[in-house]
Amino acid sequence: MKILLSGNEAIAQGALAAGCDFYAGYPITPQNELIAYMAKHMGAGTKRSPGPSRIFVQAESELAAISMVYGAAAAGARAMTSSSSPGISLMQEGISYLAGARLPAVIVNIMRGGPGLGNIAPSQADYFQATRGGGHGDYHLIVLAPASVQEAYDLTQTAFDLADKYRIPVMILGDGILGQMMEPMQLSVQKIKTAPVKKWALTGCRGRKPNIIKSFFMREGGLEQANLKLQQSYESIKQAQIRFEGLFLSDAEIVVVAYGTMARIAKGAINRLRGAGKKIGLLRPIGLWPFPQKPFQSKARRLKYLVVEMSYGQMLEDVRLAVEGRHPVEFLGRSGGGVPSEEEIIGRLQRML
Amino acid sequence: MIKIKIDQDKCKGCLLCVNFCPRGLIKKSPKLNKQGLNFVEFDLQGDCSGCLQCAVICPDCCIEVYKSE
Amino acid sequence: MEKIFKRCQSLSDLPMHYCPGCGHGIAHRLVAEAVDELGVREETIGVAPVGCAVVAYDYWNFDCSEAAHGRALAVATAIKRVHPQKLVFTYQGDGDLAAIGTNETIHAANRGENLSVIFINNAVYGMTGGQLAPTTLLGQKTSTSVDGRQKQLHGYPLKISEILAALPGVYYVERVSLESPAGVLKAKRAVKQAFQNQLNNLGFSLVEVLSPCPTYWGLSPQAALQWIKDVMQKEFPVGRIK
Repeated sequence: MKILLSGNEAIAQGALAAGCDFYAGYPITPQNELIAYMAKHMGAGTKRSPGPSRIFVQAESELAAISMVYGAAAAGARAMTSSSSPGISLMQEGISYLAGARLPAVIVNIMRGGPGLGNIAPSQADYFQATRGGGHGDYHLIVLAPASVQEAYDLTQTAFDLADKYRIPVMILGDGILGQMMEPMQLSVQKIKTAPVKKWALTGCRGRKPNIIKSFFMREGGLEQANLKLQQSYESIKQAQIRFEGLFLSDAEIVVVAYGTMARIAKGAINRLRGAGKKIGLLRPIGLWPFPQKPFQSKARRLKYLVVEMSYGQMLEDVRLAVEGRHPVEFLGRSGGGVPSEEEIIGRLQRML
Repeated sequence: MIKIKIDQDKCKGCLLCVNFCPRGLIKKSPKLNKQGLNFVEFDLQGDCSGCLQCAVICPDCCIEVYKSE
Repeated sequence: MEKIFKRCQSLSDLPMHYCPGCGHGIAHRLVAEAVDELGVREETIGVAPVGCAVVAYDYWNFDCSEAAHGRALAVATAIKRVHPQKLVFTYQGDGDLAAIGTNETIHAANRGENLSVIFINNAVYGMTGGQLAPTTLLGQKTSTSVDGRQKQLHGYPLKISEILAALPGVYYVERVSLESPAGVLKAKRAVKQAFQNQLNNLGFSLVEVLSPCPTYWGLSPQAALQWIKDVMQKEFPVGRIK
């Protein structure tokens, strides 16, 4: 049976299905349906007495929300927060601490226009922030970019599993269209997952040595060693966690590269051109970090790329790094609430053919 | 008999115990400890009342107090 | 031979890195002793601050988390909600609790989180080299108030404990002082009370501890204690606030 949900609600539902037992957030458009859905379905949270196992807290700020997620993750919970661009900027402090302390958590960014207060229109302008780390220090997040309501639901569950598997914060990177758009989707019938046993978590030191959750390493060489371990973990993620969708790649002369909502629009343009016999393909990174580099190592002699984004060119840099100068890479993008249309993409592709 | 034992390597020579001992039984040592600081020494011949003021004020928790028959 | 005063189990054996005469060592010990006397070492989760006491977790012998500067009470809120049966406390300095973390402090208090807060007020930023703190006294010289704190430029010493006491979600607030062995014993009773309140599910409890920073007050350890008594206690009177 299919149900009708918005992307924001689907992410919330995916979190519930994944056994998320702690959510803290602060209202911001265009992700408010997500926090409201969590408030409705998580329960009131425990304070004075042992109560429901799922805890919802509306925090006093994004700084507090991400620090609550840090505390809940340290205590062994499956913890999540969600926000939109300006709020995610505030959360960078806590995200850096999560990465440094190797705590698993899921952070949802339903991107809106920036810089500054920007606007509440959809955007993909936080790509750099999401994929380069975002806060201070030498770290990465796993970044997953759903392109449909169904995928938002599915990838949110994946996000919790990856977070626990690698002890890393994972970001779901969507945009205002994905968050607000309603689509029919299938609830997977899998049993609600529970978090694996976390021996490192803070539970009181009964029968064991005290556990310490920290990102502070003052002893000479201590931080370098800790960061080296982080890098080793990132290397294993790069080996095992590459996600992308390819469409008509085998004979394509031009490959459009787009993610999230932008890839949906690009797909429409590509299907129309294919109908007219034009050899256009689509490469849609689903994981933005680690970035799928291998599919760009094509040996085809006549091949061009067109990167399309709701920004003035951020993923473009990763595509160029992956292509390594073997093929021309062109760019089409709009920002500040502008969304490249099918017609704009078709027009550009026809000029490139 | 009450005696105090000072962990001389943890002592930083802040002298708060010296100032608070009502019987003046703790003195700054001319010797230096591992930290390169003048630690304090207890006068083993002194008549300690076991008031615990030295141990309570010690910021480094380096004073233990014993009672023996 | 019977030991009548010894290092307690919740205090680790590591030598502390604090300056001679610093009050943090005493306050750490009081926390550890209170935990042990309540018999909850294995049920305790501490949250350490950013500041001089950043590695407090090395000196305690129970589970602990670091928190970003000012965020200890947000971190502790979540830990306590996840583990409502554990004793969860924060240990925070004046800059952490009453400047960068004022928002987290006030809102955790206002929610009435069932937490205990040990608030170390030494009227100065110690770790960064003795700058003006929210609790620096009028006229007190620091590296960023070189002519002394002036009300026209820096405002007044922030009485965060009195502010918090006005909130209905707050159950217990007491200000204590480490100026003498008698003061230390009173401080210990207050710390233990704050923990006991939490174990009794009574809600948010805070103990403000007036604590010496001889290094950045430019005083000997003994003179620093005298300064607490003669100067600091005039601005921050000790006793039960709520």
